[in-house]
Amino acid sequence: MTRMNLKKSNNNPESGFEAFSLKRNPTSPRTLFGLIMSGIAGLSTLLAIIPLFIILTYLITKGISSLSASVFTELPPPPLVDGGGFGNAILGTVIMVGIGALISVPLGVMAAIYLSEFNEGKAGAWIRFATNVLSGVPSIIVGVFAYSAIVLTFKTYSAWAGGFALAILMLPIIVRTTDESLKLVPQDVRQASVGIGANQYQTVLQVVLPATLPAIITGITLSIARAAGETAPLLFTALFTQYWPNWGNRLAEPTASLSVLVYNFAIVPFKNQQELAWGAAFILVLLVLATSIISRLATAKRTY
Amino acid sequence: MSNHEPRIEPRSGIERTLDNTFYWTAKILAFAIAGILVWITIQVGIKAMPAIQEFGLGFLTTSSWNPVSKQYGVWPAIYGTVVSSFIALGISVPIGLGVAIFLSEDYFPPAVQRIIVFLVELLAAVPSVVYGLWGIFVLIPFLKSFTPLRGPGMLPAALILSVMILPTIAAISRDAITNVDQGMRQAAVGLGATRWEAILQIILPAASSGIIGGIMLALGRALGETMAVTMLIGNANKVNPSVFAPSNTVSSLLANQFAEASGLQVAALMYAALILFLITLVVNILAQLLVTRLQKI
Repeated sequence: MTRMNLKKSNNNPESGFEAFSLKRNPTSPRTLFGLIMSGIAGLSTLLAIIPLFIILTYLITKGISSLSASVFTELPPPPLVDGGGFGNAILGTVIMVGIGALISVPLGVMAAIYLSEFNEGKAGAWIRFATNVLSGVPSIIVGVFAYSAIVLTFKTYSAWAGGFALAILMLPIIVRTTDESLKLVPQDVRQASVGIGANQYQTVLQVVLPATLPAIITGITLSIARAAGETAPLLFTALFTQYWPNWGNRLAEPTASLSVLVYNFAIVPFKNQQELAWGAAFILVLLVLATSIISRLATAKRTY
Repeated sequence: MSNHEPRIEPRSGIERTLDNTFYWTAKILAFAIAGILVWITIQVGIKAMPAIQEFGLGFLTTSSWNPVSKQYGVWPAIYGTVVSSFIALGISVPIGLGVAIFLSEDYFPPAVQRIIVFLVELLAAVPSVVYGLWGIFVLIPFLKSFTPLRGPGMLPAALILSVMILPTIAAISRDAITNVDQGMRQAAVGLGATRWEAILQIILPAASSGIIGGIMLALGRALGETMAVTMLIGNANKVNPSVFAPSNTVSSLLANQFAEASGLQVAALMYAALILFLITLVVNILAQLLVTRLQKI
């Protein structure tokens, strides 16, 4: 009955409701407003991506031209001297990121295991919150902290202080990615493991962790790539040096790194050093891009 | 035949110890992460003590930074930090929101959309020092060609900052927008709303807490960003209202002076670091509260 009435009124122009008003009117202000707003949104997306391509173009053109085999094996040149490279900076970055990973991987993975496997109400929520807040702490503050905790205590700039600072920056990334990947393992897997008599540590270490290992490794790789590009925490913990890392001194002296080299050589007026800065920047970005793309592909295939 | 019957054995002593050790190691390490925040506060606070006692709160409003006369104040640095961050927000909030809306609507097929999302995320992955390098050799010469800018200054620093924080705003706002119940959009469209009427009057208000959280997270990042800003802002320790003039931020003050500082100057720098840490901590905590509220909806 009601439907009949509706239909009737729809077709009756005298009821004040006209059926054609339901059609989309291409020239009405509402439609035009929508079109304009869509245009603005599309334009801002374009505007957001343009800087990425401009920066990548410059890095590729300027970076590749300054790279050669000797760049990877030689020491940084003094001003106005041609040639040279940043072999010591590559080694220094590898050492410090390695120290950072050695500290942050066990700590971060175990913390994430606690969060996802033994989560006990409020404590877990608080630790997740603290992890998120830690990831927002400016990297320069982490540098100041490492300076005050390690450099002032041992009275020397060192690769250890730099690695310690990097570890703190890597921790939140590792905890978050591990925590999230552990959560994706279905509860059934754990129950099956416990059901056939496994203990907690057996369940976690032999069943749950192996199931999600690729995702955890992806997270670790991502954190390593980020750490390699960090400059601020190394400025006054590892400082910089023109020389190779000194194993005889147990690395307890200033250590070069790629990122600090980019900074130091970008702000000097010497052309050969500036070119090395572009080369080092190119390598850093290549590292970050490669790990981002690989990790994206790895997580895209995730099946659970 | 009794040995064919299944028997349930209790955990052996060793097993139990291993289990408990594993549990407690995980627990202690998890709490250690929260402990790091406390450790940072205490460690930096103790080292800043001499300067806190010497200058008190006047440190915040004093403009001179003079190691010779031992007069230290961070007002110009705080001014530069706040102004550069807010200029950056002014640029990247509208653009970031535009990106978030564009990438949460069905303008492109999902495959294309995912690629654009990834490209925007890549902006956040480029190291800060690389932005600084690019700014010195490309952005500053470019800006010099048509503005009164004469070298490093507030404008290039704020512009680079806006590029660096844009992915944060775009990604978190997009999450907030896609988290809005599809039923609300359907209801709006069912009542006759156009796409943009639904977005502006229904979806954005519903996603507002997450969007504001994302903006605050970006603000925290901008306040603490160091390398790119240090390389582009000119590090002039005075307040100048012109965006074309060199300026300074708390983080670039730290980056420039720490390695060569000694005595009271170290304490003053620690004090400045403590102020920056506490400001970003408050901003981050508020942002996290807003973003977690979003996840609960």
